[in-house]
Parts: sequence; C-alpha cells; structure tokens
Amino acid sequence: MYVYDKFDNSLVSDRVEQFREQVGRRLSGELTEDEFKPIRLMNGLYLQLHAYMLRVAIPYGLLSSPQMRKLAEVARTYDRGYAHFTTRQNIQFNWPRLEDTPDILEELSSVEMHAIQTSGNCIRNITADQFAGVDAEELDDSRVWAELIRQWSSLHPEFTFLPRKFKIAVTGSPHDRTAVKFHDIGLILKHDEDGNLGFEVLVGGGLGRTPMIGRTVREFLPQQYLLSYLEAILRVYNQLGRRDNKYKARIKILVHETGIDALREMVEEEWSHVKEEGVDLPFAEVDRVRSHFTDPTYDVLPDHDHSFAVKQFEDPMFGRWVRANLAPHKMPGYVIANVSLKPIGGAPGDVTAAQMEAVADLADKYSLGEIRVAHEQNLVLADVKMSDAYSLWKKLDEVQLGTPNLGLISDIIACPGLDYCALANARSIPVAQRLQRRFADFSRQFDIGELTLNISGCINACGHHHAGHIGILGVDRRGEEYYQLTLGGSADENASIGKIVGPAFSNAEIVDAVETVIDTYLSIRANGEAFIDTYRRTGEEPFKIALFGEKQNVAA
Amino acid sequence: MSLLKAGKIITDTWTRIEDDQEFAEAGAVIVSLECWLNESESLRKRNEPIGVSLRNDQSPSQIIDDLEAISLIQLDFPAYTDGRAYSAARLLRQRYGFKGEIRAAGNVLRDQYPLMLRCGFDAFIVNEGIDLAGWQTSVEAMDTPYQPAADNDTRPVWAKRHGIAQAS
Repeated sequence: MYVYDKFDNSLVSDRVEQFREQVGRRLSGELTEDEFKPIRLMNGLYLQLHAYMLRVAIPYGLLSSPQMRKLAEVARTYDRGYAHFTTRQNIQFNWPRLEDTPDILEELSSVEMHAIQTSGNCIRNITADQFAGVDAEELDDSRVWAELIRQWSSLHPEFTFLPRKFKIAVTGSPHDRTAVKFHDIGLILKHDEDGNLGFEVLVGGGLGRTPMIGRTVREFLPQQYLLSYLEAILRVYNQLGRRDNKYKARIKILVHETGIDALREMVEEEWSHVKEEGVDLPFAEVDRVRSHFTDPTYDVLPDHDHSFAVKQFEDPMFGRWVRANLAPHKMPGYVIANVSLKPIGGAPGDVTAAQMEAVADLADKYSLGEIRVAHEQNLVLADVKMSDAYSLWKKLDEVQLGTPNLGLISDIIACPGLDYCALANARSIPVAQRLQRRFADFSRQFDIGELTLNISGCINACGHHHAGHIGILGVDRRGEEYYQLTLGGSADENASIGKIVGPAFSNAEIVDAVETVIDTYLSIRANGEAFIDTYRRTGEEPFKIALFGEKQNVAA
Repeated sequence: MSLLKAGKIITDTWTRIEDDQEFAEAGAVIVSLECWLNESESLRKRNEPIGVSLRNDQSPSQIIDDLEAISLIQLDFPAYTDGRAYSAARLLRQRYGFKGEIRAAGNVLRDQYPLMLRCGFDAFIVNEGIDLAGWQTSVEAMDTPYQPAADNDTRPVWAKRHGIAQAS
C-alpha cells in the first residue's frame, strides 16, 4: 500500500498543528462557533445531535493492520469503545470531545492517517474498488489513481469552497463495486482501440434529494491527462455551480440544467488550456505511486484445497460463509474474504475496539497485514489462502464477525439516522435491526438470494436508499417516523434509481411491507432469477398490488 | 478597513468609485465592470491608474483584451464560503498573464488567506486591527502543497520529489 514519504508526513503533521491552533482559538473564545464551523468542517469535525463527530479519512478504503489498531485505540481512549464505517469507506467516531480532537489527529498522523476534507464543500475522500489489485477481471489498479487524486485534491487552494461537496470514485473493473455512477465524478478505467490506458469520465451522478445517474462527459481520457481534466471540470463547476440553494448546488444540477452537451463543451474548452498549464504529473510520479501497489509475493498454490472443500461440507455455517462472503482471487489457491459488519441485530457498519483489533491480528496472520473497507460498510481481507479460510472464519466468528450474509437481505446499508444525526427525520438503525431479525434465518436469506436493502434516515440519502434493490427512506409525518419504500434501485454498472411505491408506512408497518415485497418476489420469480431481475421484468405492478391491493393500484 | 499587502498593513492609494459617483480630477480609481465597459474611453483619457472590480458572477474573460490598461482587479468574496473568486484569480494570473494587483475584498479571513495567496491574490482588504503575526502563521502552517497553483515560486511536492525545477 502507499507509504508516506517526508513530504506526505510533513503535510499531515503540519495540518495537525494548524488544527490544534485553530481549536485553541475556538476554546479561548477568539473564534465563535459560527467562525469555527468552516474550519472544523474542513477537518471532518461535525456537531451532531448529542456530541461532536469526527470522520477520519480512509483513502480508497485501504488500511494496514497498525492503522486499524490505532483506530481501535482512538475508539477506546477518546470515544466509547466503538466506531462506525461509512458508505464512503471512511470511519466515524461518535463521541469525541472537542479539546481531544487535536490529540486524536496527532495519534492518527503517527500511522499516516488524517481527517482532511472528510467534510465541507470540497473534494472528499476518493473512493475506489475494495477488490483493487486482487480481482482477475480488473484492467488497472484503481488505488493508484485514487492516491494520485487524493494528493492533487488535498488542500487544493482553488477548490476548497465549492458550491457543495464533491465526491470522486475510481473503478478499474468491469463489475463496478464503487457505485461509480452515483458520484459527482466517476472514473472508469478502460483501454482505447490501440490498447492505451485511460478513463471514461462520468459527471453529475449523485443521490440525495435529487438522485441522478452520472453522464459520460468524455468517452476516453488518456491517463496522462487525468488531473488537468479533473481541474477543468472542477473549475467550470466552481464558477457556474449554483450557490443560491444548497439543495441545487451539486454538479448534478448543473449537468441537468445546462445539459450534458453544453457542459461538455465548456469542460473541453477549459481543458484545452489547463492541459498546457503544468497540472499533470510527470510519468515518474505516476510510476512512483504505482510502485506502492505492486503485487505481494504470492505462494504458488493449487487452485483447489481438499480441507477447504471438506470443511464446507462438515460445517454448514462455514459453507454458507464461503458461498456468500468469499469472492474469487486472481491467484490460484487464494480467496477474497468479505467480513460482514452486519451481524443479525447489530448496527450496520459499527465495530468495537476489540473487533478492530481482532481484524488487525487476523489480517496479519492470514491476509498480508492489510484490510479494505467497502462502501457497503463491510471489511475485506483480500489475500487469504483457501487453506486458511476455515481457521479465519472460526476466529472471525468468535468476535461476531463471521456472519454469512454478504450481498443478502440482512447485509443492510444504513446511515446513523436519528439515533445520532442532526439532519435525520427518522431512525435507521432500529429498522435495520428489526429487518435483520425478521429475516434472521439463513436458509431463508439464501433462498431469497442476492439483494441490496438500503436505509436512509432522511432525504439526504446517506444510506443510499435510491440505489438499493429495496430502499427505505425515513420521513417525518407530523412528528412521527414514517418510511417510504422504493424498489428497483441498483448501484452497480447497470445503475438505476429506485422508484417510490405508494404511500409511506408507519414504523410498525415497514418490516411487514418489506416482507410482503419479498414474498411477492418469491412467488413470481423465474428459476434462478435475482430480485432485481424479477423487478426489471415485471415492473412494480405485482408489488404494488401485494402491498396496497387492486383498488389502491387503480387509483394510483 | 485596512489594506494588507506583502505581509504589511499599508495605506490604500486607490479610491472606489460607485457607478453614480463622479470621478475626481486625479488619483487611482476602482470602478465596476459595468462602468469600465461603458466608460473605458473616458477612464483611459484620465491617464490615471485604473482598477476594475468584478462581482463573483462576472467572468474575468470579459476584460482580457483590456488588461494592458488595467492596473488592479478587485475580486469579491461576499461570504468566505463562496469560492468563485479563487478561480477568477488563477485565470487572471495563469491564463491571461495579469501582472497588476489582484485584490481580495469582502469576507476575507485569516484561514482563507493562504489559499488566496496561492491563487494569485496579492492584496487584501481586511478588518482593522487583525493579528498580523497570526495571519503570517497561517501562511507558514502549510507550505508544502501537493499541487501547482498561481504561486510560481512554490513548487508542488511532486516537483520536489523528482527534482523538477518549475511546475510548468
């Protein structure tokens, strides 16, 4: 993985000192809370319902085991012994004290971590494929490009006060795991006809209150122009993005109101100048960063392991875990192990300090000392020998991290909701927990099969409800929590936006409503057809009828 | 208000003329873009230094053919959160080669000061009695940028890493 040199180290430690000084000015009363707000927001510090919340960046979701141990230490020393992984591969601490935050950041800087640009109207953490480097289908390693963009965008003097926050994702695989089409800029690595490496550049994707799928602004951008092209898009957006209404300020609205063709013209015109202005990196710098992401030395292994096969047969829960949580690795004899942070009845994405330490130890023992964070709020151990998989799972299971539910109905994405968040209209976590309990039976979950269920506690859509096969949106109805159901969303390469089905359900009704949707699917699916494929084949009709009856359906 | 330039508070020799105001006989004046576009001939005839003030919804591309006649461009930050003028300043310096003064006006604060310097601003209308030493500390706090901008003497980290003298 990327290792800081003296420049990276000095930038991050300078930033800690700068923040310490800024917090000092706040604590001394020199800065009012209003004046301090933009400063703390540039460094991931939010004021939530009950306390400050510190969001720490995990660039493209990659962590070393010492970094994971440090996060555990922070959770234990400065927080209440747990933390929360987010849908942008970051981690949040929910209860830090303001006066401790400089010390927390200093602790983090000792393991090359920071909270720079994890909030504010700037370029946020760059996300990438959690299977980067180990996926056989991958064209190129998205982490290389995400790291280069991370550096370019860090403390960028021109793009620190954009109209709104700005999210960039990079994917190098034909199967998209980054929700690339729901980002302000989505970068898809590809080859041109002559085999040159570059990017398809998408712009204007996003969720929130106006969900939109990103549009292609450039079919093929040669790799050497990545930064100048990004700078051109950001400059057009910084100048023309709306600032009169924060809900219309994301670049997706500019794309929508200007039209993709007109916007493309402006970007290309701007880029024709920027690319001559020395923004792009010399090849030596790209090579330097790439050299941090070369393959480790893998053992030469057979592509089958006898004990691996036998254990699946002997221990059905392990068999389930293999089916749901393991993915093929590019090297024979290795597997990618997804570690579910969605135990039945848990808070999605939450981990305790002890669990973090256990994962760090297991990464050292079984997976070359690295951990990845997926935007679905799970962890990944990417380099596990097939022959070690059973031992790994047993040890994960001892710390409640062995749940065999990846990609199944109980693998729920959920925002923190009204339990923590100042913006939320409704609670997310208790709904997720009730759904997990309702569908706790693993035979039933496997029978239902591949399904994404995403819950947001408000219209800002942090829980990606628009992009879930089933989405749940918390709304406030005269002071009561209600839940709107959406169907048919998808965050992968065939991205789609879920459609609202009928009126919202009460807190008491929502779990039954989801079960009705599931039972309907089971009754109408063709053989081997996943939920999303059934929905795309039949449309919403059968689900609407099941939920609301024929009469309601006619009226709608 | 005070004028901060090259790390010092200095006397402002420029006068801001509102659109309905008469010009004085002599002296450097700053006028709005509209005034400049309407009255550039009479302003040039005065034979005094000319400054043009751009609102943040006015693109500097409107005056690129006039830059030889303009000695100062004032860019506005109606709120520190509105970052349009950062782009305007970089365009003026890096694209259009403007060598005169670029002045930041409006909500100009200490924590944004280093960003403004990097984007090509070299004069700042600030509140009276600011803590100059503190402002200087803010500039020195982050002096190893990752990316090139309009401050040509500051090499980005990658240029230092590979022993490249100039960013561009």
